[in-house]
Amino acid sequence: MSARQRLIEAARERILLTDGAFGTEIQNRKLTEADYRGDLDLSRDQKGNNDILALTRPDVVEAITRDYLAAGSDIVSTNTFSANTISQADYGAEHLVADINRASAAIARKAADEAQAADGRARFVAGAIGPTNKTLSLSPNVNDPGYREIDFDGLKDVYLQQTEALLEGGADFILIETIFDTLNAKAGIVAAMEAGERLGRDVPLMISMTITDLSGRNLSGHTVEAFWYAVRHARPITIGLNCSFGAQQLRPHVQTLAQNADTLIMAYPNAGLPNELGAYDELPEQTAAFVRAWAEQGLVNILGGCCGSTPAHIAAIARAVEGVAPRTLPTVRTVTRLAGLEPMTIAA
Amino acid sequence: MTATALPTAPAELDADIDAGPAASSTFVNIGERTNVTGSARFKKLVMSGDYAAAVEVARQQVENGAQVIDINMDEGLLDAEAAMTTFLKLISAEPDIARVPFMIDSSKWSVIEAGLKCVSGKPIVNSISLKEGEAEFLRLARKVRNYGAAVVVMAFDETGQADTKARKVEICSRAYDLLVREGFPPEDIIFDPNVFAVATGIDEHRNYAVDFIEACKEIRVRCPHAHISGGLSNLSFSFRGNEPVRRAMHSIFLFHAIPAGLDMAIVNAGQLDVYDAIDPELREACEDVILNRAPKAGGDATERLVTLAEKYLGSDPIKEKAEAEWRGWSVEKRLEHALVKGIDAYVVEDTEEMRQRADRPIHVIEGPLMDGMNVVGDLFGSGKMFLPQVVKSARVMKKAVAHLIPFIEEEKEKSGATAGKGKVVMATVKGDVHDIGKNIVGVVLQCNGFEVIDLGVMVPWQNILQAANENNADMIGLSGLITPSLDEMVTVAAEMQREGMTLPLLIGGATTSKVHTALKIDTAYEGPVLHVLDASRAVGVASSLVSETQRDPLVAKTADEYNNVRETRAGRGHSELATIADARANAFPYDPTGKAPAPQRPGVQHFGEWPIRDLRASIDWTPFFRAWELAGNYPAILEDPIVGESATSLFNDAQAMLDRIIAEHWLVAKGTVGMWRCRREGDDILVLASNEETRLPMLRQQVKKREGRPNMCLADFIDPDGEDWIGGFAVGIHGLDAHLARFKAENDDYSDILLKALADRLAESFAETLHGHVRNSIWGYAEEHLTNADLIRETYQGIRPAPGYPACPDHSLKPALFEMLGGDPAGVTLTESFAMWPTSAVSGFYFGHRDSQYFGVARIGRDQLEDYAARREVSVEEAERWLRPNLD
Repeated sequence: MSARQRLIEAARERILLTDGAFGTEIQNRKLTEADYRGDLDLSRDQKGNNDILALTRPDVVEAITRDYLAAGSDIVSTNTFSANTISQADYGAEHLVADINRASAAIARKAADEAQAADGRARFVAGAIGPTNKTLSLSPNVNDPGYREIDFDGLKDVYLQQTEALLEGGADFILIETIFDTLNAKAGIVAAMEAGERLGRDVPLMISMTITDLSGRNLSGHTVEAFWYAVRHARPITIGLNCSFGAQQLRPHVQTLAQNADTLIMAYPNAGLPNELGAYDELPEQTAAFVRAWAEQGLVNILGGCCGSTPAHIAAIARAVEGVAPRTLPTVRTVTRLAGLEPMTIAA
Repeated sequence: MTATALPTAPAELDADIDAGPAASSTFVNIGERTNVTGSARFKKLVMSGDYAAAVEVARQQVENGAQVIDINMDEGLLDAEAAMTTFLKLISAEPDIARVPFMIDSSKWSVIEAGLKCVSGKPIVNSISLKEGEAEFLRLARKVRNYGAAVVVMAFDETGQADTKARKVEICSRAYDLLVREGFPPEDIIFDPNVFAVATGIDEHRNYAVDFIEACKEIRVRCPHAHISGGLSNLSFSFRGNEPVRRAMHSIFLFHAIPAGLDMAIVNAGQLDVYDAIDPELREACEDVILNRAPKAGGDATERLVTLAEKYLGSDPIKEKAEAEWRGWSVEKRLEHALVKGIDAYVVEDTEEMRQRADRPIHVIEGPLMDGMNVVGDLFGSGKMFLPQVVKSARVMKKAVAHLIPFIEEEKEKSGATAGKGKVVMATVKGDVHDIGKNIVGVVLQCNGFEVIDLGVMVPWQNILQAANENNADMIGLSGLITPSLDEMVTVAAEMQREGMTLPLLIGGATTSKVHTALKIDTAYEGPVLHVLDASRAVGVASSLVSETQRDPLVAKTADEYNNVRETRAGRGHSELATIADARANAFPYDPTGKAPAPQRPGVQHFGEWPIRDLRASIDWTPFFRAWELAGNYPAILEDPIVGESATSLFNDAQAMLDRIIAEHWLVAKGTVGMWRCRREGDDILVLASNEETRLPMLRQQVKKREGRPNMCLADFIDPDGEDWIGGFAVGIHGLDAHLARFKAENDDYSDILLKALADRLAESFAETLHGHVRNSIWGYAEEHLTNADLIRETYQGIRPAPGYPACPDHSLKPALFEMLGGDPAGVTLTESFAMWPTSAVSGFYFGHRDSQYFGVARIGRDQLEDYAARREVSVEEAERWLRPNLD
């Protein structure tokens, strides 16, 4: 059975769990620049380059992954949010991108396979692809609204490189996450489709949008429904929301998606909103209580955490949703779905 | 002034587009001004690099009502790829333009692909074709799909562009089959069967418009879910430079092509003529050319139009003269003209002139402005005016009203007049399309001084809460007819609670009940929740709720009552249930001698238009009076001492409207019948439709029965030991929309409700008539000579239970039934809650066994629920949602 089918099977039985944040966990370990750098010959300061740890401190990445698996994660994601040539350019480490992704996927693969062998429960690896810090839809220059820092093909190639390396390392799915710009995500989708064609295999996508204001739009201005219409052609295995706010503020938007999307819903909010010092203080039980309410309303199939969440949050969520039935997929009508920033449907 | 006093036609129509099922009669207009091949002005702007002004052209298109904008940069002297990307990036940065989907239009794939790389959302590609063969066609289609776009497919193949009807249909069908086989979603295909120029003087071109219109009809049948679009400007190519003639031709073409199936067109949204307003001589000449008719006056159609067209050449002076002319009319006439033509240039000064003349400012609205809007409503209702024009008319109206509002307010302050009694936000909840009851309540409340903010049908909770907050409403009224709406009402209540709202929530509609309200809705919301049985009580309840002295006692009394209901329910022992195994052991015994023979005509049959005249004769009038809250049986009700007079008057109005419905062909009754082989497997019926077996799990009564009374299940009427037959049907009454829009524009709620209630009756009558036809002819097991009274008493063999009704309570079997009937049977579609659209529709199964009878499944046990969920292959939770009314 393919990973796509296995995930769908498992999600029919119960609410599944993905993992929580890597950043928070890495921060807690108080690593030094030397830890980050290892014996790599790099000219720039590497402190804060979390993704490179797959090469220099694989033990740290592996330990965190195992903590999440122990906490109950069915899916673990790779620590590769910034492992693309655009983001790694800030550290002068562009040439290591393929290595980082392969290594990171291999770490997650091994840990997941061992956990699966230990208890017989299916585990999955999601190769994580971040949005980069560039946007295809917006101009950074207010006086020149037509200007763009990157172009579609350039970004697609960046994603393609990362996607192929993640698949080589053993990722089951490609997770395009924290999507603030819908067009960036569409470049990621084209990259995954090209990778699939080249490798002659199905590359199941997990797609996760980030809302940037409480009205429920992302930075490129799309409503949740318009966003869904814009990516539905990719037949993603999951669609969902992550980051942005805490679970409490995210709920109405998860609900909109849950009602419209004929695929699994994966949602992983932040552990509340950051305090004045930028730290997250929402306790595992608080987060768990919020997402349990979503589960009870039948809004979700897969839950997890984003910024500020820890293995303790995942364990608390796991306890909270145990025995709560997963969302069943809605039957959707055949209509023509188009989208500008807003959705449009035409009877078909 | 109440919010409902404003004509709301455009907003209603927008809602229709969103609502989907209603949109079958809607038409998507695609803005064409941002096309260098079609607009000299746009071309000039782009060529000179004046993109700022070019962006404004796009903005005007959207403001003028374009629902999609077409962008084309195919000009020899232009770097089309660069121009396309520059322009798309610029308009993507304008939220009031980028809110609509874009259509990326080029004859060069490289330009299209460059465009696709700049557009987020889901655009439309215009176009690809079979010109270069199947392999290239599919290669590009796959790319379109990978970029996430819908596609326009031109009727063009290896041998050239399709000109005749046969070629258009052939190429579109071939393209459709290729794409669908490739996995391309059929609903994302839009055919452009080529609008060619007519009146060219070449004989072969004479039938081009007719070919197009005829092809539309066939393509729509041959290619389910696909759309048809066309670029209008080609049609009138022979009259370049003669705008009045071109506009007339375009309007007349649309008038005939839309009913044939054209549902999108690239048009200049701001420049279509109103069909009725076209000079009759020109209109007839254009119509002769487009429909390829011989002119009544003799001679040749083309020659006649060419001669006539000269009159309109150099139209600017004529237009100016016409303009000067209407400015000389009376102010009332000027306002009407401005509303119909959508001209807002003088509306404020004309409104002001009228105001100074009127006794009260409100009279300006009630008089000339509403009169003008009624004309607009009539023209639109009869298909002689199009959506963008109505949007413009509404804008003119808004400007006029906005000018008057300060004067109306001032008058109120002076007179110390108080505001209305209170504001009520009303809505039919999401997933449900039934609104007769809600509209009745709305009218009654308005007559009693309440301001009603009616949000329409299929309203999501977000909009309800938002409207209540923004309008500072005094209460919210929810309505719904089908069972899933009960859940949606609980959701609305829970969301109100979450927002910390405190205003009263009123619940009404056919499936709602005091018990459900007390158990499920009242417990979800701490504010007052009141179930309102019918419209007559709505006024009393609403008035008490806005009264300082009566509010609290009513709220307290209701809360007590609901508490009692809950306590009684909690304390009450349910009637005892048998286990599902025991219930099955006590099944209705199957008698092989009562089995109906194999049908005369198996398979699926469609009835495109059943005469309404026939259906009128077999209307069951009693439920019609019930819909109007008049109690009593027909015909005795007409003589009833209490309601007899109003029942008679209503009956006469209904008869008069039926006369018009028939004479003016308002409505179309469509039906679909299927007869299939089936077999029984336990409580499941397995139906063999189009070579595929569909499992229809049925529910069995589980309440313990007296000795000798069986626990019934519909499967009991199917032969357990061999092949048997089952039927299915759907009927729908189409065509109400245009008339309802007209009534709405006229603010004629009475006719609105009357028409809907009659359409419901016609649908029921059709279901009954069709069942007779099935018994006597299609299935053919009976030879009956029944009167209408016999029919109403159901004194015949066989039943037609409907999903969602007592014998078969699961609404969610409807998709399976519809699928077996070939998808959208009788033109009827389903909402997410399985409500049928149009609302006047009936569907169900046919059982032919002599002993088959109606019954109610009533309460079932957990064991059957779990068993049923497994048979339906859904989670127990989902089955629970569908069967909630049968669970406790």
